[in-house]
Amino acid sequence: MDFDLMITSFPKLLEASVVTLKLLSASLFFGLFLGLFFAILRLNKNIFINKFAYGYSYIFRGTPLLVQIFIIYFGLGQIEYLRTTFLWVILKEPYWCAIIAFTLNTGAYTSEILRSAFQTIKPGIIEAGKSLGISNKIIFYKIQIPIAIRQSLPAYGNEIILMMKGTSLASTVTLMDLTGVAKYIISTTFKPIEVFIVTGGIYLFMTFIIHNLIKFLEKKYSFQ
Amino acid sequence: MELLAFGKTGWGDELFYATLMTIAVSITSMLVGFIFALIFTPLKLSKYKSLNLLGNFYTTIIRGVPELLVIYLFFFGGSGAIMYVASIFGYYEYIEINAFITGSLAIGIISGAYSTEVFRGAIQSIDKGQFEAAKVLGINKFVQFYKIILPQMLRLAIPNLSNVWQITLKDTSLISVTGLVEIMRQSYVAAGSTRDPLFFYSFAAVLYLLLTYISMKLINKLEVRYSRGY
Repeated sequence: MDFDLMITSFPKLLEASVVTLKLLSASLFFGLFLGLFFAILRLNKNIFINKFAYGYSYIFRGTPLLVQIFIIYFGLGQIEYLRTTFLWVILKEPYWCAIIAFTLNTGAYTSEILRSAFQTIKPGIIEAGKSLGISNKIIFYKIQIPIAIRQSLPAYGNEIILMMKGTSLASTVTLMDLTGVAKYIISTTFKPIEVFIVTGGIYLFMTFIIHNLIKFLEKKYSFQ
Repeated sequence: MELLAFGKTGWGDELFYATLMTIAVSITSMLVGFIFALIFTPLKLSKYKSLNLLGNFYTTIIRGVPELLVIYLFFFGGSGAIMYVASIFGYYEYIEINAFITGSLAIGIISGAYSTEVFRGAIQSIDKGQFEAAKVLGINKFVQFYKIILPQMLRLAIPNLSNVWQITLKDTSLISVTGLVEIMRQSYVAAGSTRDPLFFYSFAAVLYLLLTYISMKLINKLEVRYSRGY
């Protein structure tokens, strides 16, 4: 066991975990809105809109995240037209490509979580709102959405943790996130176990914080 | 379309074998996972605190650490660990384990952690009376597990195991970093030599979708079979 390596690599890995957290928070932020948008589309009665939203979530949940990143990072650059538009400023950066892929991926899972939450809302609550003369729009924004978000907190907590693990794939498109730096240290020192313990420890610490944060929120917003 | 032709001109046959490799790795990993689940589920359900701790240690760490990191650990650490064990027995030559074994072991350990949780949940939701009834009838533990608990448990576990299978199938794409020629690696090679990454990665996505779709259909059949009588 090489404790010196563990101590010297710790600051480097800690610095890299900032990149991981940035990727995670950006993709969760955009992903939540995307998920909400597609969850609402899923509840739409129009069969085409419904099928479109279902297709989106089916494709992104049925393929590995690695394929999605590679399509966006390596694949989209191939389209000549895209290179001439302003989008190319974003798409040539691996950082933004990773965020786009993560956002689309977490959006698909979030839309499923929110959809099932919307569907479990008791009709009585909506009827109560209607009988009080509250408009449909306000019922949706002020009653359905808050209840759905509370309802989906436990599942969404799992999704956050899965997404945190997913950000490790950013290292495959040359980003130096926590896993990227860990791989670099392993391949230069050939001491995988030591690096794994330190890196794994940092990941577990983040998992622990997220887990407790969600637990706290669940308690705070519980119905009782 | 000529890019997908079979034979020397296209990548069709290569991608076909790569798909078979993905299926093989997924099944092997799932089975390795079952072995781990078989070891750790009893530990998690044990009445001894220390054994519980060991079981929780495994599932918490594996489920909290990215899959890619576990694969790197096995990829870079695997042959070192084997050589260390071999050196105890007086064998000092360089040993290289192939990517298939490393990959399916790494993914197997990950899928094992998820399977453990599924089995634990399924066993815990079986009515206590079933265990007691078996005990009263004087059935030994082995028969009790195989004839009474397992059939009831499978019905409850199959929907969740199907999720574990989907996760495992998708995780095998990560083994491509170790150079094992499965769908992802083959697409990477094909994309590199034809300079057509968009087509090949999209095709890889279609292959994965096909695999998840077909396995979903098969598992649904299994689900119906095991819940007959309910």
